[in-house]
Amino acid sequence: MTVTDQVKPRSGGDVPPPPGGSKSVRRLALSQQVSKWDVKLSPYLYISPFFILFAITGLFPLIYTGWVSLHNWNLIGGQGKFTGLENYGFVLSQPYYWNAVGNTLSIFLLSSVPQVVIALVIAAVLDANLRARTFWRMGILVPFVVAPVAVGLIFNNLFADQFGLINEILKALGLGRVRWHSDSLASHTAIATMVNFRWTGYNALIFLAAMQAIPRDVFEAATIDGAGRLRQFFSVTVPMLRPTVIFVVITSTIGGLQIFDEARVFDQSGLGGADRQWQTLTMYIWELGWGQRNFGRASAVAWLLFMMIVLIALLNFVITKRIASQGGRK
Amino acid sequence: MSSIPMIEQNAGKGAARAAARRRPGAGGKTGSAGTRRPGFLTYGFLGAVLLASLFPLYWSFLVGSHDNTVLSRGIPLLPGGNFIANAAKVFDSIPFWKAMGNSLIVSSVTAASVVAFSTLAGFAFAKLRFRGSKVLLVFVVATMAVPTQLGVVPLFIVMSKLGWTGSLWAVIIPGVVTAFGVFWMTQYLRDALPDELIEAVRMDGASMIQSFWYIGFPAARPAAAMLALFTFVATWTNFFWPFIVLDPSNPTLPVALQLLQAAHFVDYSVVLAGAVLATVPLLLLFVAAGRQLVSGIMQGAVKG
Repeated sequence: MTVTDQVKPRSGGDVPPPPGGSKSVRRLALSQQVSKWDVKLSPYLYISPFFILFAITGLFPLIYTGWVSLHNWNLIGGQGKFTGLENYGFVLSQPYYWNAVGNTLSIFLLSSVPQVVIALVIAAVLDANLRARTFWRMGILVPFVVAPVAVGLIFNNLFADQFGLINEILKALGLGRVRWHSDSLASHTAIATMVNFRWTGYNALIFLAAMQAIPRDVFEAATIDGAGRLRQFFSVTVPMLRPTVIFVVITSTIGGLQIFDEARVFDQSGLGGADRQWQTLTMYIWELGWGQRNFGRASAVAWLLFMMIVLIALLNFVITKRIASQGGRK
Repeated sequence: MSSIPMIEQNAGKGAARAAARRRPGAGGKTGSAGTRRPGFLTYGFLGAVLLASLFPLYWSFLVGSHDNTVLSRGIPLLPGGNFIANAAKVFDSIPFWKAMGNSLIVSSVTAASVVAFSTLAGFAFAKLRFRGSKVLLVFVVATMAVPTQLGVVPLFIVMSKLGWTGSLWAVIIPGVVTAFGVFWMTQYLRDALPDELIEAVRMDGASMIQSFWYIGFPAARPAAAMLALFTFVATWTNFFWPFIVLDPSNPTLPVALQLLQAAHFVDYSVVLAGAVLATVPLLLLFVAAGRQLVSGIMQGAVKG
């Protein structure tokens, strides 16, 4: 490239044409040197802001969490003495911890499973040759721009035990009222509904995009083989969506296991109900760290949650792969 | 019907490419799952989904526009005339406008910085050759799987040591870069910007930074707009970290909403009026740019 710099002097742009003479040769040599460094160093310069900032705001806190979790550490007093795994031992012996683990898993399953299934169905319907296609796509994405806290407040009202719309409808249908704010499973269902409300449309669009990337001749071949639309969906579409399904399942695992916002505003105490019926792990971290001011224990829970997320994401990966490949073999 | 091809033209590169894939060689009328138009059942199903998406918002406006006793008297079907009064109570109980301003500042600054750093890094990863680029890019992608929320305790310790707790910096700084942004821009620029173009300006004597500024950055503009939109929405709706690190006197909107709920727990009308007020700005943004958001999500998914 430095050679061509000499061969192709151009008048346009902001580059002066190289004049003749020995002085300019020296200047050229210098500019070649500069240009060489420019080529070598620039890429690192351009990516370094990300890596530096990420190291400070992302990587460092995660590792430092591990360090804090091995210490007595107070919100006010700061770092205390090294205690080894004592915080972990304490947390693991707490019934509240296991309650939070159960609640988190329950809300996670109640939200992610129906969410993925419904999103797939919606995507399949949107994949048809619709009129006003963009209108429908935009419509199902509206919940995505509503803040989870706002979603939580709205559904808190819809699921109110007294005079809530859902209970009024249940009553009108001759079914009993549900105690959404005191029964464990009922509260999990309500919170999972909020999560599903916000994310189903988003995931449907991701599935839709992947569906449209499937080559059309695959469907034509299936039609010639006599496969109906339902059969095509299960034997062609779903197996071919495997990477996207894995992607969606894993991202919803990472988000779902950290759930806080919707559960936090489902009542005003922030502890997840009178008996912590819906206290999630992130809420428990908040209670330990900013309620009881014990950063060591809060960090221990954070690390346990991180390991749980990694474990479940891996498990998801294996299961999803297996299910999808079975679909392909049929 | 003539509006649909036009929409697709406007919907950006991703949608156009998806459309081309969808019907190779055919005219605009051929749908993906077959040539025939879907029937009443399809539209009925989609209508129900749309209703489920919009109803909770309508409901919050409905309750927010009545006085608080309305629910105990039965379910209202039409909005009442109390919305202004409820909104006034919202403004009295929380620093609403301050929260709105804060959310605007935090979301705009975060979006701008994510776009700037991501475009720069994406340009390097997509178009420049350097030692270790592949490994570094794999690292970037891998960090997307790490939930940053889990570092809240040490992040809080750092912020309080710096004396930043309570200030907007504490919310802005942890969001200034995202791995997703770098990945997104890398993917986009790899296809969107021909290598020859960069070579040409380099031959003309442009320095690296000039080739980025005059060639790379303009080429990245559509993807940058989508990334900005995403980051803006994500930051605006973020709650956990601002809730921990900000003072009640200087909140962002979600934090303010939570305060409103704490103050008016049983007064649903006021709380839901607040939810409506807090959602309106993003809904307006969505009306203006929702089409881009849709095509952005679809484009990201195909590539990711």
